[in-house]
Parts: sequence; structure tokens; C-alpha cells
Amino acid sequence: MAAIWVYSEITAGRPAPVALELMSKAAELGEATVVLFGKDAAAAATVAGQFGAAHAVIDPREEYDTHLAPAAVDTLAALIRERQPALLLFATSYDSRDVASRLAARLDCGVISNATGLEADGDGFRVLTPWGATTVAVCELTAPGTKFVLVRPKAFTAVENGGTCTVEEVSGQIDAASTAIKVTDTVEEIAQGPVLSDSKVVVSGGRGLGNADNFGLIEELAAALGGAVGASRAVVDAGWRPYGEQVGQTGVTVKPDVYIACGISGAIQHLAGMKGSKTIIAINKDPEAPIFKNADLGIVGDALKILPQLIGEVKKG
Amino acid sequence: MRILVCVKQVPDPNTVIYQIDPQSKRLVRDGVANVLDPGAEVALEAALQLAENDGNSTVTVVTMGPEDAEDALRRALAMGADDGVLITDDGLAGSDTLSTAKALAATIKEVGFDLIFCATESTDGYSGMVPGMVAELLGIPHLSFIRSLEVANGVLTGQRVVALGYQTVECPLPLLVAIASGSHEPRYPALKGIMAAKRKKVEEYSLDDLGLAADSVGESGARERVLELRPVEERQAGVIVEDDGTGAAQIAALLRQRGII
Ligand SMILES: Cc1cc2nc3c(=O)[nH]c(=O)nc-3n(C[C@H](O)[C@H](O)[C@H](O)COP(=O)(O)OP(=O)(O)OC[C@H]3O[C@@H](n4cnc5c(N)ncnc54)[C@H](O)[C@@H]3O)c2cc1C
Ligand SMILES: Nc1ncnc2c1ncn2[C@@H]1O[C@H](COP(=O)(O)O)[C@@H](O)[C@H]1O
Repeated sequence: MAAIWVYSEITAGRPAPVALELMSKAAELGEATVVLFGKDAAAAATVAGQFGAAHAVIDPREEYDTHLAPAAVDTLAALIRERQPALLLFATSYDSRDVASRLAARLDCGVISNATGLEADGDGFRVLTPWGATTVAVCELTAPGTKFVLVRPKAFTAVENGGTCTVEEVSGQIDAASTAIKVTDTVEEIAQGPVLSDSKVVVSGGRGLGNADNFGLIEELAAALGGAVGASRAVVDAGWRPYGEQVGQTGVTVKPDVYIACGISGAIQHLAGMKGSKTIIAINKDPEAPIFKNADLGIVGDALKILPQLIGEVKKG
Repeated sequence: MRILVCVKQVPDPNTVIYQIDPQSKRLVRDGVANVLDPGAEVALEAALQLAENDGNSTVTVVTMGPEDAEDALRRALAMGADDGVLITDDGLAGSDTLSTAKALAATIKEVGFDLIFCATESTDGYSGMVPGMVAELLGIPHLSFIRSLEVANGVLTGQRVVALGYQTVECPLPLLVAIASGSHEPRYPALKGIMAAKRKKVEEYSLDDLGLAADSVGESGARERVLELRPVEERQAGVIVEDDGTGAAQIAALLRQRGII
């Protein structure tokens, strides 16, 4: 069976949710090994086993938490050189991209990012990745050695099978130069409401709301529906909303039961983060807005007029 | 400080729908309007602000692309960069991210630097791979997703965006930083800047100048291959209605049907 490795970030003592998705996929395509670095690596390994990992390679030193990517690259490069798995999977996230890009340059190998699908193909793998506005490219990595693929969140489903994994602790050689970066502080700017990425209902607003104050309507509707607030990049860039609420290619990927897009044009990078929603409702005053091509129900009209009425309807029950 | 900014020319995202040519399986760049990547403008703005505050710095913009990528450099020079470097060679066409990074890193070694700026991702390729690769090839650290920064006594301190807020990070120079979109409002070049840009120096590098073998980069050096192109799955068309005052009621009805209210 092909050896498939997953590099997993750790959040709140567990593998990041997207890493669990990758482990389940890896277990389907071959034998899954998860690599976990940082002080919570041992606890996270236990969870990894329940989602398909057969083996965990852990290095539970705090250096990885405080020095970011370069330290992880040192240890991972040595492991890959020695054991040469067929495939190494990463999440398409900023932290994992930092590790994958440096590692690919160090090992001189190719890498495909933003993948949304992975298929076995004889001894190799085919990688699906959106490319251009209207196409999905089916690609393969042609260079010899371990193939690197970065996968978008929610491309696969995490499957809990209650299994366990073997745990091997390693102590990587971290070069002195790899500890140059220091994280001196972490500041939380948004209070954690219903977690956006897992919420059943998401109400999102875009530039069409006109200004930051009007986002109060989005918050009110989200609260009335017990859902989370989302935003387009245009309003995050404008400073109306925090980055943690950004839905899309460079933000959070959501797949709620209902996604309500208000004053959002539906740019391809926004769609990348919400197209998988079960039901999409859009309010936009431009009948040509691309969001309508993806909506189950589209209302052509003024969001500032419709939202207060809708909040009233919802409160009526 | 010698500051370099890696900028890219891309098909204008405001007017061009990105299409892949079914024959070459590459992004269609011919016959479309090309611009300086809006993300690169943000990185350049961050670099220019740093140089202005420092008072003793130069900003050099570097791009790899076809001959006419010089237009993107001229735009960057009009915004205020001091000089430019154009890496162009037929042998570089079709380069993957690692080959692009190799060409950039080889050039940057020749040019010299204290600090390198990139955008977090390009608008056309959006792999986000090039900055980390360039840094690795140069043997320096890199910080991604930086929204603000300052340099004092040879150490950069900055805010790095994370899901719920930001991390404060520090690192001594030399270093590469990738700048977050929206973090800096790019200045609009004034007429004076546009005139001055015409006279600023743009140096050209080819594969020969960089000592890179033609088969290690470009199409022949690519480590990935596109096997086929499939159309994206379209969602089934829904109901689109003009709001006649009942729009909210129609949404509420659908939400009731779905059991949300
Ligand atoms: C590399 C890259 C990554 C990106 N990643 C993301 C990402 O992760 N997420 C993301 O969202 N974007 C992303 N973008 C940006 C994306 O391309 C768009 O620019 C952005 O999504 C537009 O946001 P918007 O829909 O709010 O604004 P606009 O496109 O300006 O749309 C505003 C809409 O509001 C409508 N409107 C105006 N007034 C009203 C009213 N009163 N009532 C109702 N409707 C009204 C208008 O008709 C218009 O359709 C990315 C871009 C790049 C290049
Ligand atoms: N051809 C290029 N020339 C100069 N800089 C580039 C080039 N390609 C990528 N970069 C830099 O790397 C960043 C990320 O690009 P990408 O890896 O394509 O998402 C860009 O925003 C640029 O700063």
C-alpha cells in the first residue's frame, strides 16, 4: 500500500479539522501516517488515530510553536529523505504553505496547491485543482520522489472510525538558523461566536452593504437564525470586518445548510469558499451578479430594505 | 537598506475572465489586458512606506515574465520604486512555482538585498508557494501574511494575521516578508511619477546571466503536468425574482421549509 503522509497543524490540542479530512482520505488511498510537531503533538496523535491515521510521527518540542515554519522544515526534510513516502499532503493554509514551499525548494520537488480532489491512478495519483474561471485541471506530479499536494479545506470528509495509531517520537535536528523567527505574542481580536467553519447557517455581507455600520443587520439576522457571520474579502480589506470572518479562497471554507449572501457579487474566489453550501440564498441589486448563477433563491433588490423585513419575519418564527 | 519587491504582471482581474488555453494548457495571457498584480501593489506600498520612514533605503522591483512585463515594472517605478530588474528568457516560459523561485533567487543573489517583499499570493496563480521557495533558496527566513511592520536595529517586528487575530513576530534581517492583501492602500502614481519612471533604470537578466540550465526551468523543467481539463461543476439553476416587497417573505418561506426557522 502506498505510504501517504499528512503534515498536520495542531489547534487546541487536536489536529486541525482539515488535517483530519486529509487523514481520512489518505487512509482510503493507502496507509496514512500523520506528522505532528509542537507541545501538543502527543495528545493530537491520539485523535489522529481515530480518523484513519495508522501511524503518527511526533516531535513534541515547543520550538515548533515559537519559531514557525523553518524548524518544522528541518525535521520534515530529514524524515522525507530517509523514508520517502509516495505522497505528502498539506492543508492549503498559511502555516502549512510556509512549510510546504520551503520543503519543496529544499528537496527540489514539485508541488500542487489548492487541490480539491485526489484520485489513485495505478501507482501514482491524479490531483484535481480549480484553474481559470471555468475549468478544473487534472494534474500529475512527474518528478521522482515524494509528491507534495496542498488541499483546500472541506474537499474531503473526516471519517471517525474509532481506530488507534502507533506513535513514534523523534527528535529532529533543528538548525540554529531555523530559530531566527520568534512569535512573541498572540492577540485575539474576535470573540468566538458560533464557529464559522462549522455553523449550520452563515449570513455573509459584502461591499454592497455600503458601510461597516450596516453590518449590524447581518449580525442581527445571524443571531436570530443562530448562525455565524461571514464576509467577503472586499469588506475585510476595507477594515469593516476581521479576517477571521472572511469566506473564500483565502479565508474560511464553509458548507452550511443555508448560506445567505447579502451585497456580495460572487467573485470566483468567494465562491471557492461557499459553493458547497446545501442551500444558497442571495440578495443583490444587480440582476447580472454572478452570485445568482449559484443561488437556489435569488432576490434582486436592496439588501438594506430586505434585511430588516427578513429579521422581522424570522423573529415572528 | 536595500529593499527588493517581487512583483508580477497578471491579466487584469477587473476586465479579464481567467481562461485556460485547451491546447497549451496554460493561462491565456496573449491578447488580454495585463496589469501590475493588485496584490503586488500592496506589497510595494508597504515597501515604499518603510523606505520613506527609514530615509536611507532604496526600493528595487523585480519581475520574471515576458518582455512586456516591463510595463508592470514601469507602473511600479511610477508608484515610487527606484529601479527595476526584468528576468526574461524564452526558456522561462511555462515555469512552475519552483522554477520561478529559482530564477528569482538567482537574480536576487546577484542584485543583493537586506529585505525582500512579496505579496502573499499572486492573483493569477495564487499558489502562495513562490515566497517561501525564494527564501529557502536564499537561505533566509520568511514571514507570511504580514499586515504591518517596522524595522529597528536590524530587526523586523510585525503583525502576522491568524484566524482569530494576529501574532506579533520578530526576526533579524536579512529576511523575506509576504504582505497581506488589503493591509496597505496602494498610492496612485502621479503624473510626475509616471514621467520620472520612463527614465528609471531597468536591468535585464537572461538564463545565461544567471547560470541556470535551460532544462532546469521553464516548460522542460516543470515537475507537474496537466492531463486534462474538466469544466467546473455548475450548481443547478435556482429561482431568481425581482423584489416586489415580498422578497423577505419568500426567503423566510424557504428557511421554514428547510427547518431553519
Ligand atoms: C488571490 C485572491 C484571493 C481572493 N480571496 C478571496 C476570498 O477568500 N474571499 C472573497 O470574498 N474574495 C476574495 N477575493 C476577492 C474577490 O475577487 C472579490 O474582489 C470580492 O469577493 C468582492 O467582494 P464583494 O462581493 O463584497 O464586493 P463587490 O464585488 O464590489 O460586490 C458588491 C455587490 O454588492 C451589490 N450591491 C450594491 N449595493 C447593494 C444593495 N444596496 N443591496 C444589495 N446588493 C447591493 C452589487 O451589485 C455588487 O454585486 C480574492 C481575490 C484574489 C485576487
Ligand atoms: N513571475 C514572478 N515575478 C516576480 N515575482 C513573483 C512571480 N511569481 C510570483 N512572485 C512573487 O510571489 C508572490 C506569490 O505568488 P504565487 O506563489 O504565484 O502565489 C507574488 O505575489 C510575487 O510577490
